[in-house]
Amino acid sequence: MSVGQALPHDSALLHVTGRAQYTDDIPLPPGTLHAAFGVSPVAHGMLQALDLAPVLASPGVVAVATSADIPGENNYGGAVHDDPVFAERELCYTGQPVFAVAARTHEQARRAVRAARMQIDEQPAILDIRTALAQEAFVLPTQRAQRGEPHAAIAGAPRRLSGSLTIGGQDHFYLEGQVAAAVPQDDGGLHVYSSTQHPSECQAIVAHVLGVPANHIVVSCRRMGGGFGGKESQPALIAAAAAVLARRTGRPVKLRLDRDADMIITGKRHDFIADYETGFDETGRILGLAVMLASRCGYSADLSGPINDRAMFHIDNAYFIEHLAIVSHRCRTHTVSNTAFRGFGGPQGMMVIEAIIDEIARALGKDPLEVRQRNYYGGSGRDVTHYGQRITDNPIGTITSRLVASSDYHARRAAVARGNAAGGTIRRGIALTPVKFGISFTSTQYNQAGALLQIYTDGSVLLNHGGTEMGQGLHVKVTQVVAAELGLPLSAIRITATDTSKVPNTSATAASAGTDLNGMAAKAAAATLRERLVGFAADFYSVAPEQITIADGLVTIDTKQMPFSQLAREAYTARIPLSATGYYRTPDIHWDKHSWSGRPFYYFAWGAAVSEVALDTLTGESRLLRLDILHDVGSSLNPAIDIGQVEGGFLQGMGWLTSEKLWWDAQGRLRTHAPSTYKIPTARDWPAEAHVALLAAAPNPEATIHRSKAVGEPPLMLAISVFQALRDAVASCGTPGARVELEAPATPEALLDALRRIRSAT
Amino acid sequence: MPAPRPLQFILDGELVSIPEPTATLTVLQYLRDVAGRCGTKEGCAEGDCGACTVVLGEAAPGGAIHYSAINSCIRFLPTLDGRELVTVESLAGPDDTPHPVQQAMVDQHASQCGFCTPGFVMSLFGLYLNRSDPDRAQLLEALSGNLCRCTGYRPILDAGLAMGSYAEPARWSREDAQSAARRARLEPLVSAPALVTGDGCYFAPKNIEQLAARYAAAPDSLLLAGGTDIGLWVTQGLRELPPLIWLGEVRELRRIRADEQGLWIGAGVTITEAWPALLQHWPEFAEQADRFASRPIRNSATLCGNLANGSPIGDSLPALLALDAVLELRCGEQERALPLSRFYIDYRKNALARGEFVTGVRIPHRHADDQVASYKVARRHDQDISAVATTFRVRVMDGVVTEARLAYGGMAATAKRATVAEHQLTGRPWTLASIALAQAALPADFQPLTDMRASGEYRLRIAAALLERFWREMNGEAVRLPAAPVAAMEQES
Repeated sequence: MSVGQALPHDSALLHVTGRAQYTDDIPLPPGTLHAAFGVSPVAHGMLQALDLAPVLASPGVVAVATSADIPGENNYGGAVHDDPVFAERELCYTGQPVFAVAARTHEQARRAVRAARMQIDEQPAILDIRTALAQEAFVLPTQRAQRGEPHAAIAGAPRRLSGSLTIGGQDHFYLEGQVAAAVPQDDGGLHVYSSTQHPSECQAIVAHVLGVPANHIVVSCRRMGGGFGGKESQPALIAAAAAVLARRTGRPVKLRLDRDADMIITGKRHDFIADYETGFDETGRILGLAVMLASRCGYSADLSGPINDRAMFHIDNAYFIEHLAIVSHRCRTHTVSNTAFRGFGGPQGMMVIEAIIDEIARALGKDPLEVRQRNYYGGSGRDVTHYGQRITDNPIGTITSRLVASSDYHARRAAVARGNAAGGTIRRGIALTPVKFGISFTSTQYNQAGALLQIYTDGSVLLNHGGTEMGQGLHVKVTQVVAAELGLPLSAIRITATDTSKVPNTSATAASAGTDLNGMAAKAAAATLRERLVGFAADFYSVAPEQITIADGLVTIDTKQMPFSQLAREAYTARIPLSATGYYRTPDIHWDKHSWSGRPFYYFAWGAAVSEVALDTLTGESRLLRLDILHDVGSSLNPAIDIGQVEGGFLQGMGWLTSEKLWWDAQGRLRTHAPSTYKIPTARDWPAEAHVALLAAAPNPEATIHRSKAVGEPPLMLAISVFQALRDAVASCGTPGARVELEAPATPEALLDALRRIRSAT
Repeated sequence: MPAPRPLQFILDGELVSIPEPTATLTVLQYLRDVAGRCGTKEGCAEGDCGACTVVLGEAAPGGAIHYSAINSCIRFLPTLDGRELVTVESLAGPDDTPHPVQQAMVDQHASQCGFCTPGFVMSLFGLYLNRSDPDRAQLLEALSGNLCRCTGYRPILDAGLAMGSYAEPARWSREDAQSAARRARLEPLVSAPALVTGDGCYFAPKNIEQLAARYAAAPDSLLLAGGTDIGLWVTQGLRELPPLIWLGEVRELRRIRADEQGLWIGAGVTITEAWPALLQHWPEFAEQADRFASRPIRNSATLCGNLANGSPIGDSLPALLALDAVLELRCGEQERALPLSRFYIDYRKNALARGEFVTGVRIPHRHADDQVASYKVARRHDQDISAVATTFRVRVMDGVVTEARLAYGGMAATAKRATVAEHQLTGRPWTLASIALAQAALPADFQPLTDMRASGEYRLRIAAALLERFWREMNGEAVRLPAAPVAAMEQES
């Protein structure tokens, strides 16, 4: 059976030979034009005049398009219609698209946009969260959630502390930048090749922008060169601009953002600040907590609503907090509109509670792990989240104890303390942090999926489903599911590009739910075909259906055996339909946003990590020395793919919390817009010693696809252990109980600042 | 100048002849847009992500072919002249069997989205051709210029460790890479006259006399060495460049010489070739060498290009300032020597006269009492631009500092020595107290800027902290972060 095997990625051989085709590699007809955006040079201003004559006169230029050239609605915002494709009068961030140009070559287009003349009345700009808070500049209404009597509980607690945390944003840095090619069809239709996690939304938005029905637009995507959430809502902008130019010129138009343009124009992970106050007892148990979260949403709403909601949902991480109040502000700034990024607000929420737990432990002189365990969900009356969802499956105690043993945590913690006590400029730190991450779109409607499965008369199978492949191994997993259901070898099944003309009205491949949703939909389609074939064979050969098995491509009918291809041919001849759709909706979930309660998540994915770091107290440079991870993926569909998600997610999270600093200058210009200035981890940052394991014998109690669990996002948050280990190392330079004030990302400069603060407080 | 002729190079065993190459067309643009070979990817177009990595084979003296991985996104096409270009599409065997490097990547589950993968394959392939059994440090060195956003790198490293254990492939084994047939294809190209393009926008002189004459006659030309900065003027700055004169074919400039005056490194010597020569005398530069840009950048870039470019954040500058290096310059028939410390005038301004160029750098012999250390502070260990880079050299005799060189990059508009701090240290006992005096003098030497890499305040603080680190390290303390394997820099066979 193909399910559960460590099979290679379906495109592995294509990847390594360079044959895998990405959107920019697709051959396009002669005459294809290449587009580039002309963008706002200011963070905030009113466009008084726009002179594009010099652009049109530039070599190779064929056409330009502004907001005036949009036949339909000038918007690519999916949820709230506040994202213009091309800015009209108000310019809202440096880099905002104002117009686009189509030229014969990519370089000509890039050169030409620089010739535009813009007359701008510059306006004051809000460039950071604190300023937005002070001016009450929000893109969406503030949300509040409360359970119990937190303020009274804090006031009455034996111990209290309050503080603030700054958490930086993150660029996706998918290696393949945003790209779309719009190819006009002969009947007024448009085929859009897009590197997108959300073909259906891309289709809907292109249709709206062009003012045509959705059935005129086909969006397809065979694969992305990475997505990470950055290709959920953002590709609609690229596709829409290409579509407008294609409509205008009647020629195919490709719009590929170069790296700098991509990083300047497209949204990122939200940076957050948190102000908190907590009351706790001498054992470290949290008695009450009040948290203010504020995030930089940028100039528009985009997905900021559900992202900030998810931060609120994950402020508890793995901890029961009986009395809790959360205020969540969604701040408007004159910077790029921030968007989905692996974890979707969850990581920022978890960062806050993990910092608080660490502070409590230091105030009490305890091992932070002890305080973590003291607050874990579990036990009578301690199993309901602050949004009313009961936690019925809770392996965190098991995970923690196994990881403590396998990582030799206690002995290593003692060794770290001994080494630090001996002094020297290099200090060490160690931390274990847990992860509990809710799986499902919190907007219940998105928890549905479809698939289309076709068997040809030679027995070969073509699989299509609504999920997109961005490297996460979705396609091989779904193929494994279908192979198992049909009793065929994996090689009999071919998966094709995600295509809105095959499976309509799909959800984004996001929220870690790609396999859960599409795997189930594909399984349903396969089950339908299998039942049809078995039913046909039972009739045809006059046997009971139970006497028919299909395995490894071989059909056994009582004592007779035949290849699957023969059954397919016979079924076709008997006029049995050989294609089927499959559909799935996640059961049992519900959410009432007014009472802020329900069961938004079908289940939780869990894990924990131990990180040990070294810190150079002279310069603030640090290094991860050893990593131990134990992560829960239920019954893995493909352990090789899952380990890849765990390791890759972890290192991406570590980059977010250590080296990946976004830096805007005083004029609101992003100055870290290329890999020369924005530093994601390299191979050397993977620790020399790493032990990464999947939690064994832990099938999902919920009836998910083969009892597996989602794995896309949760491992990213294992990297919080690195940040906490760095806090531990900083703490070694202060007196016991001294506070660690470290912002994320913990760059060398941030760490040296934290060291200075703890030393001066000592 | 010789007569114009077509650009000629080898690709997949075939001669590629391009009659009128555009001087500033990049190899990547050629591959994707002209040749339709889309396996090689653009990830950043500035030599920082490695998705565009290809391997170049070059006939080396002595009959070998030298292979090195480079960034095709910032390498101009005419510099392929006389070389063999190897791309990800070139590797599979005659019956489409994947190369061991490719098969190891598949077997280790080392690709996810796959977009960076061709670049990793080519960096590993470059290593494969040069080493049969690489260790982790050598792998990290070879992969220092490749970014992957999906995997966490572990499976890629495992693929690199495993690739040597596969059976020799029919095509592109180490033996095949050095075959007489490959050499025979390259030789007529190598012996062709110097390349001049029809539009006169590119000239690759073969000897120093051709170079000197041409540059004297056309001093508005742009000298191109590794092109790892100039490439970005085109791909990022979208600049139109003056006619280019490439130094990569000037045979005299590609030499390294050690004689009674010290070590001499020619202006055409790549960073990859230069470091091992320097490390023979100054092993203290091992970490600096490992962290200088990335392997594919080091394979293209030249040491003298880094010096002549004069960026305040060029990492070799503080090193050679501290060693009292001397630049050798030539203008037409005139030659002169200029201490590096007098070369830099202001931000990106140097002491070169019109028509004058660097022929090489001379580094004096080491004194037995010299203590040297070189440090780099950046957000990331590999392939990052320094917030601060330093090289310190003190000569301590009888416990007293008799000579001090405290050279810094990232602290001012040019790389420069902290002369006030040096003065504080000189003549004083080699103690932490004397270091404190030098530290206190640093604000008189430097008022560093704040930018996206670091604040000025942080730069000044670590400039001082590194002096303390220097003293502690020279006195036997463990001052470096553990477990950063550093590859031994030696000339690859």
